[in-house]
Amino acid sequence: MPRTLNTLAERAAAATPQAVARRVRGLSDRAVAWAFISPTIVLLLAINIFPLVWTIWLSFTNYRANRPNAPVRWIGGDWYTDILTNPDIWVAMQVTARFVIASIAIQTVLGFTLAWLIDRRFRGHGVWTTVILLPMMLSPAVVGNFWTFLYQPQIGLFNYMVSFVTGVPPSSFQMLGDVTLSPWAIVIVDTWMWTPYVMLICVAGLRSIPEHIYEAAEIDRASAWRRFWSITLPMALPFIMLAVLFRGIENFKMFDMVNLLTGGGPGSTTEVASITLKREAFEKWRTGYSSAFAIILFVTVFGLANIYVKALNRVKQR
Amino acid sequence: MPAAGLSTAHSIVEPTPLARRIAGTIVIAYAVLALIPLVWIGLTSIKSPPDSISYPPKVLPWVDFEPTIEGYCNLFTTRSRQTPEYIASLPPADDRCEALARGKGMVVVGPSNYVPRFVNSVVIAFGSTVLAVVLGTLAAYGFSRFRVPLKDDLLFFILSTRMMPPIAVAIPIFLMYRELGLSDTRLGMILLYTSVNVSLAVWLLKGFIDEIPREYEEAAMIDGYTRLQAFVKVVLPQATTGIAATAIFCLIFAWNEYAFAVLLTSGSAQTAPPFIPIIIGEGGQDWPAVAAGTTLFLLPILAFTILLRKQLLRGITFGAVRK
Repeated sequence: MPRTLNTLAERAAAATPQAVARRVRGLSDRAVAWAFISPTIVLLLAINIFPLVWTIWLSFTNYRANRPNAPVRWIGGDWYTDILTNPDIWVAMQVTARFVIASIAIQTVLGFTLAWLIDRRFRGHGVWTTVILLPMMLSPAVVGNFWTFLYQPQIGLFNYMVSFVTGVPPSSFQMLGDVTLSPWAIVIVDTWMWTPYVMLICVAGLRSIPEHIYEAAEIDRASAWRRFWSITLPMALPFIMLAVLFRGIENFKMFDMVNLLTGGGPGSTTEVASITLKREAFEKWRTGYSSAFAIILFVTVFGLANIYVKALNRVKQR
Repeated sequence: MPAAGLSTAHSIVEPTPLARRIAGTIVIAYAVLALIPLVWIGLTSIKSPPDSISYPPKVLPWVDFEPTIEGYCNLFTTRSRQTPEYIASLPPADDRCEALARGKGMVVVGPSNYVPRFVNSVVIAFGSTVLAVVLGTLAAYGFSRFRVPLKDDLLFFILSTRMMPPIAVAIPIFLMYRELGLSDTRLGMILLYTSVNVSLAVWLLKGFIDEIPREYEEAAMIDGYTRLQAFVKVVLPQATTGIAATAIFCLIFAWNEYAFAVLLTSGSAQTAPPFIPIIIGEGGQDWPAVAAGTTLFLLPILAFTILLRKQLLRGITFGAVRK
């Protein structure tokens, strides 16, 4: 069918006189292509690339946004050496890394388990899947703000439920004020919001496995355990890895929830990179310094994502 | 007990009824647990401030606590404390909120900022969605149908703009908008959210348009349509579902966005997400009012999510996974 149409089109084109063809075709395809694509490119150049280039320039200067009239001096790569040798920055990077790894590990295990259970196709699984998906569509800031209420030591529902289950008095622990608990407070909210995300992608992965492979394994008398490890998991792996990639990038940028739940505190125990950046850029107004930090962060995400995508493609090809 | 070892291949691929029931129980238990915070937001919004912070928590309306619209009143109004003599001298209250406020020794002095902030959210979300979807549809068609030089690089560039932490982008945007007079304006926020959303729109819509057979347009063009006519009369009607789904995703992103909003707006263009956390009453946070504001803010998204459930997977993975 497609071939017939193509040859028909070619024949019609060949048979049409030049002038008629031009009038019928109107704008040339090349003109249409550029007319359609360029507005998007122009917008992104103006609002993403130009600012990025400006940030790079600012990162080599001593500019401060709260003193726009002060003379701007070129200081070379000083901010970069400053940042890379600053122990506080490394602490922030470690906090970010720990947060990303902990939350993604929990969400992946939980999300995959839920997906596997949903793939048993029990009665009503469609409705319950939609219910589980609700939290991830909501505003992390607005919902995260409400979680500070759930985490209140004496009156919060979270503390009440924990004490109901474990018997620990509800006011004996502070999820948001405690040095050891506050990182977990953020991980819990993040897990609550984003497990559905991993789950949804894993369900798609499990459904993509053709049934005949399981049937072949059955003929070979492979045990259920064996089938899981040598068919289900390897074949769903590209999907799991994709979910991890998207969550990783998002969590690395994490700002909303942390800013509202703990603001980086207590002390700097939950001060992820975005919070440090906000403090430097919009509270201390060290624009040059924070621009350099922003560039370092961008290069880090970009580099890690590229390495990861290479690994993902290798897994896919297997 | 049936002989499990002798079952057919079919019964292995299909889980047993017992396995199904266990799986269902665990998933439903998780779903109920995950719903608790959302239900609690709704319940808190209809409690009085003392009921909202009571210990142990009050759960059932009409049984454990008497529902009230006080939270919603406090959300929409500002009140000031007055002397009992002054309140007694006033004519009888003409609405429920005024009566509630007088019961607490206060009078309503005017509307709160919630409605303007909510309107800002609506205007900015819809404005940026329309722009992003129009630009995205055009660009997606261009990428889908034509040989564009450096196509893969351009597409990757469009995606990579999403990898920047919002705070990093906010620094130069803040300076740029200050120069251009776009600080704290709706137009500025619309342009910014459009630029963020257009990458999602291009990637999603390219997937949808790729699925429309080229032969449809080619047949139309043989019938004398120009490329543009074929695009408008053949491709666009076919892509309606995809465009609608993309629009809802853009809308949800712009509606939920917080980082840019909190850093770049403070007054006239401030949206609801940075405003809701700073709703305070007398002596600290007024949780029923916060819950009321949160409930009204979340309801449209809950509705959209249910509407969109079949397309969710595509949307959240930039079209990388299609069912």
